[in-house]
Amino acid sequence: MALLTYSYAALFYVAALVLVSGLVVKIVRYARTPAPLKIPTTPAPTSRSGVALRMTREVVLFESLFRGNKWTWIFGWIFHFGLFLVTLRHLRYFIEPVWAPIALVQPFGIYGGIAMVIGLLGLWARRFLVDRVRYISSTSDHLMLALLVLIGTSGLLMKFVFHTDVVAIKRFFLGLYALDPQPLPADPLLLLHLLLVALLMIVFPYSKLLHAPGLFFSPTRNQVDDPRERRHLAPWARALEQQAPAASSDPRG
Amino acid sequence: MAKATFDVPELTPYTEVPAVTPGAMAHSAPFVSKAEFQGPLGFPGELVEDWQTRAIDKMGELLGKYRSLRVYLDSCVKCGACTDKCHYFLGTQDPKNMPVGRQDLMRKVYRRYFTLGGRLFPKLVGAEDFTKEVLDDWYSYFHQCSQCRRCSVFCPYGIDTAEISMAAREIMDSIGVGQKYCNEIIGKVYKIGNNLGLPGPALVDTLEGLEEDVFDETGVKVRYPIDEEGAEILLVTPSADFFAEPHVDGLIGYGKVFHAAGVSWTLSSHASEAANFGMFIGSYDNMRRVAQRIREAAIALKVKRIVFGECGHAWRVAYSFLNTLAGPWDFLDPRYPVPQHICEFTHDLIEQGRLTFDKSENDDKVITFHDSCNVARASRMGEVPGGQFEIPRAIIRATCNHFYDMDEDTIRDRTFCCGGGGGLLTDDLIELRVKGAKPRLDALNNVMQEKGVTHMAAICAICKSQFTKVLPYYGMEMDQIVSLHQLVSNAIVLEGGEDDDEEDAPAAA
Ligand code: HEM
Ligand code: SF4
Ligand code: SF4
Repeated sequence: MALLTYSYAALFYVAALVLVSGLVVKIVRYARTPAPLKIPTTPAPTSRSGVALRMTREVVLFESLFRGNKWTWIFGWIFHFGLFLVTLRHLRYFIEPVWAPIALVQPFGIYGGIAMVIGLLGLWARRFLVDRVRYISSTSDHLMLALLVLIGTSGLLMKFVFHTDVVAIKRFFLGLYALDPQPLPADPLLLLHLLLVALLMIVFPYSKLLHAPGLFFSPTRNQVDDPRERRHLAPWARALEQQAPAASSDPRG
Repeated sequence: MAKATFDVPELTPYTEVPAVTPGAMAHSAPFVSKAEFQGPLGFPGELVEDWQTRAIDKMGELLGKYRSLRVYLDSCVKCGACTDKCHYFLGTQDPKNMPVGRQDLMRKVYRRYFTLGGRLFPKLVGAEDFTKEVLDDWYSYFHQCSQCRRCSVFCPYGIDTAEISMAAREIMDSIGVGQKYCNEIIGKVYKIGNNLGLPGPALVDTLEGLEEDVFDETGVKVRYPIDEEGAEILLVTPSADFFAEPHVDGLIGYGKVFHAAGVSWTLSSHASEAANFGMFIGSYDNMRRVAQRIREAAIALKVKRIVFGECGHAWRVAYSFLNTLAGPWDFLDPRYPVPQHICEFTHDLIEQGRLTFDKSENDDKVITFHDSCNVARASRMGEVPGGQFEIPRAIIRATCNHFYDMDEDTIRDRTFCCGGGGGLLTDDLIELRVKGAKPRLDALNNVMQEKGVTHMAAICAICKSQFTKVLPYYGMEMDQIVSLHQLVSNAIVLEGGEDDDEEDAPAAA
């Protein structure tokens, strides 16, 4: 019992550390790498606020994907919106007292879980049924979907079939904050669910899940269309300018 | 009908998405650059000994210089939204011509050498060593991308395969594997001033000939000046405009518009080329060096404004990059954007009611308009986003009575590339060019059948050359492609008289 609790405690400390440090390293690197040229996909907004709006539409509505492929959009959006509700619902295990909005969202979180799994199955089906998508899918793409489907179904099974002691789970996680792990119920389904979640946290910064932070750093989406009005110069390009006045072939200049 | 050594696709009313056929275009690759064309650009003459290490190092360098590359190689989720968007995939069925398929050629190498997953579990995440076979694939398929950015419109993260193709070509150049067509041309620009290698005296002759032709035809002395110091406007235009059909009809049109506006203008023999092939090969250094010619010409000729002629990729470099590469432009007249597009110039005059047209001059034509990919998705005209779609159409409506757009899915920011952009406009890639034109020509054929369209106007030298060449493969006529300013030229009503009036005319536009 104690061994189980301590190994899961250790697992979650490691997973949280990898997730946070991995993401911070990646995000800092994205932020530090210059975008030397103006490359927004036009028509593009001509102001910062316009860009914020464009980005919001991409994050909330998946606007470009909507224009690109309706089936992927429907399943993808259902999955992500479901995931979002589920995440909100799960916050109750990690905060005390539980905020009112989180309490309110609880029933929707369950629908979210179902939606998430349906969305994932739809996306997975495309990987078999559409020859182009089959061609581009690698093993890791299938494994990622398998991981998320398993997380979702094990969660739903605990909700609807094999109930577990949620109060004890909350005590376990709150205990982790205080470096004082409390006993974790030894339900196999719960242990599987938690193991997979820890795995997801660990692979997050090293996999295509980087699309979530990546979107915010995508120059084709986050740049303002104002190159004639404002001179855009990356630091390494400025350094070129301070060398010889451009290697020109003709002295007439 | 031109003869082909390959199967020309059948046109269909709407472009259908083909089943994937692996390897269908594996044989397609452009001629490799010889040492003599590599040197002047600062690249090794042939494949270097330790090419693999140097290529990986170069990739590392680019990952540190271009956020686009770093973010795009990490972010793709293989959702597939881009898979049916590339005209080269639609025309050739080769899955490595699906944008994500093309990106993956680089991504698998990136993963192998730059990510934890790829170092530990290469098979699992599709990572691969950079072998000679992979390099050959790179050379083939990164020269089957016209950098048209259609894929970036539909990708949920805006992943732009053009950025990847440019980086790949830069890496290949750095290990001595260059493409002959692009690199030879950039060398010509350095040596002679333009892509076609037309020397100054030849340009002077040609322009004098144009003045005579226009005078014979209209009875008005329209000038086509070159290297005239003190002119108000420097016109930078693709060198095809100097002689090739239908390009030259566009140049004639620009001259007539300047004449009607009463502004002085000049071409420059030093910067006698709008196109900047430095972009195609992803070389910031070469792109900058080519762009600097325009700055030098503007200073030498003491002009106040810069206007660009009809050219797509050139307008991308001009609109989006020129300020970065060759600015600041604080010595020019601050009342005008730098640079301006000839369509912006003409459109402003139309808005002010300063041009008179006889639209019936174009009544022998029913026009449609081809949005050039780089104008549509990598630049703007006018003050508001989307001006690049509305302004050329407004000019057509002002000069022609019969105009119909093609299918909505194939115009504006969803336009299809002509099939010859991005440094692929060379005869050694003719199969690719013909097949890549299919989606555009499907839509053109459709409006020809349904609306009786006879001509397609374009504002890009590459599009015009490409269509002139490939239309006959599909049983169409090469002269069905026209310059936008050719329509202006046909319809504009000029006033005769003082042709050599060089006083400071009231600033136009
Ligand atoms: C800013 C937040 C996020 C945005 C805007 C976003 C957006 C998208 C979009 C547009 C797609 C492509 C369509 C699809 O296949 O669903 C996608 C795919 C995916 N997303 Fe996200 N996402 C976000 C966060 C997350 C997170 C936190 C996860 C974590 C578990 C995740 C997991 C996935 C997976 C696994 C796929 C691939 C699905 C497949 O294989 O088809 N996303 N995401
Ligand atoms: S940029 Fe254009 S040519 Fe290149 S992959 Fe994307 S759609 Fe195809
Ligand atoms: S649309 Fe973007 S994320 Fe989707 S497969 Fe293509 S490149 Fe990858």
